[in-house]
Amino acid sequence: MKFLRNFIDKIKPGFQEGGKLYMFHSFFDAIETFLYVPDTVTGPRGAHIRDAMDMKRTMMMVIIALVPSLLFGMWNVGHWHFLAFGEDADFWQTFWFGFLKVLPIIVVSYVVGLGIEIIFAQSRKHEVNEGYFVTGFLIPLIVPVDTPLWMLAIAIAFAVVLGKEVFGGTGMNILNPALTVRAFLFFAYPGWMSGDSVWIEGMTKNAGMLVDGFSGATPLAEAAAGNVANLPSIMDMLIGIVPGSIGETSVIAIFAGAIILLWTGVGSWKIMLSMFAGGLLMGLTLNLFAVNPYMELPAWEHLLLGGFAFGAVFMATDPVTATQTEKGKWIYGFLTGLLAILIRVLNPAYPEGVMLAILFMNVFAPLIDHYVVEANIKKRLKRAQTKG
Amino acid sequence: MENLINIFVKSVFVDNMIFAYFLGMCSYLAVSKTVKTSVGLGIAVVFVLGITVPIDYLLHNYVLKKGALVWLGENFANIDLSFLSFIMFIAVIASMVQLVEMVIEKFSPALYISLGIFLPLIAVNCAILGGSLFMQQREYQNIAEATSFGLGSGVGFLLAIVGIAAIREKIRYSNVPAPLRGLGITFIITGLMGIAFMSFMGIKL
Repeated sequence: MKFLRNFIDKIKPGFQEGGKLYMFHSFFDAIETFLYVPDTVTGPRGAHIRDAMDMKRTMMMVIIALVPSLLFGMWNVGHWHFLAFGEDADFWQTFWFGFLKVLPIIVVSYVVGLGIEIIFAQSRKHEVNEGYFVTGFLIPLIVPVDTPLWMLAIAIAFAVVLGKEVFGGTGMNILNPALTVRAFLFFAYPGWMSGDSVWIEGMTKNAGMLVDGFSGATPLAEAAAGNVANLPSIMDMLIGIVPGSIGETSVIAIFAGAIILLWTGVGSWKIMLSMFAGGLLMGLTLNLFAVNPYMELPAWEHLLLGGFAFGAVFMATDPVTATQTEKGKWIYGFLTGLLAILIRVLNPAYPEGVMLAILFMNVFAPLIDHYVVEANIKKRLKRAQTKG
Repeated sequence: MENLINIFVKSVFVDNMIFAYFLGMCSYLAVSKTVKTSVGLGIAVVFVLGITVPIDYLLHNYVLKKGALVWLGENFANIDLSFLSFIMFIAVIASMVQLVEMVIEKFSPALYISLGIFLPLIAVNCAILGGSLFMQQREYQNIAEATSFGLGSGVGFLLAIVGIAAIREKIRYSNVPAPLRGLGITFIITGLMGIAFMSFMGIKL
């Protein structure tokens, strides 16, 4: 690896101020710090910095935590494709098929997002941040596999420019960029983001070649239609062998990611725990007032369905858009879980509520923080007065 | 009772004055710089809406609507005064705002000063007149429903303005591109908040 370091050192002067290639310095910076631990630390700017750990390593941890979900998602894409078209395939064929389908989505996500990011970094003279490495990795995991790539590109451009760069880049955005992408797709092209056929590769194009009686409906769609009996077994839901967005289905893979996040301290256990508690409580409340089979669905089963686990572990814990205060994290997570299940069950317009619940709480996270801080100030003032 | 809660929740989240109809934008954009003043304005709006909508409901049903004056005698059954709606509603709103202004000046001079010109301007806040006109259009069954709708719309406005004020406090030191500083970024935030509020579209309680 020595030659790589030497090579970078050799071309470095060209990218520094006054050098011939100065116009590409952001890009060079990004590559260099990606390859090697930089000898400088992240500057004091950025509202999300709470620790001495370099942002690059923080973000890499999240990516490592996402890998199990991605690998399982690839296999799952292949599995449902071959199931839908009645073909036999062994494990590696299945995985390879999914890999080839997911790879272009990842490439588009990175090329478009990082491209815009580099343009902004270059013209506004800030560094290219690693925030996008995570966002770019999350996006492929939360879209249906059949999403056309050009739609994805438009949504990413919208989210990166209007959701993030206009606020000043990484650490300043108010909405989670990956969820902004999904919300944009959902409202702009609803036909491609919901329904029964988008979750399985090739099903929209070659509907005629399907195996008889095959339905690509996600478990949530089945449940919303009242066919609670059609839900997959608990084991299938845990492992994730159900149709759904690419990376959201496997609770076990997400759990593995959660352990990595919690062990390294990157994700907040308070948000994860309180979000599950909120979801469970809402599920139990709905059970009490159940008027249809969907509302009777056991509360804990809700937590395994759809994107709830993925949202709780990877989306709600986003350090930028979640609440920053420790007490605020409990409130934020709890309300997110509550709303997610509420929207999912009571709102007939949306089959899944996790995305919108997290976005909604993102909007109100600064308010929660504000009042937690205010309460703290009041408490301390009172203490100071009683002592003095 | 269930019906009243339904109307309240619907007017707070689903038919939010700001995010569903974009009414009352002027004070929403101008007074949302700090959470403290925005809470003050929001509560004033809740109060004004909570009073004017039921009063206008009574006016509408017992004076203005076609046949509303029938309680005076059979001869009045064909009189339709609804062309007077706007002027009557605005008169009610203006007098209520005067009342609120006096109350705030008396009990919270600091808030009175920080709200400044926007307090009397509640009188021409489109959300307030909008509340009365929506009440007229949606034909609520009784005064309790109208009150519930008025309070709900006010709380929706309060929620919106307090939410954006907290965000604006948070991003005060962000490196926003120069042309977008101030109102530009506020409009963008409002749009993004609108996406988040879409989560309640279509809920039927």
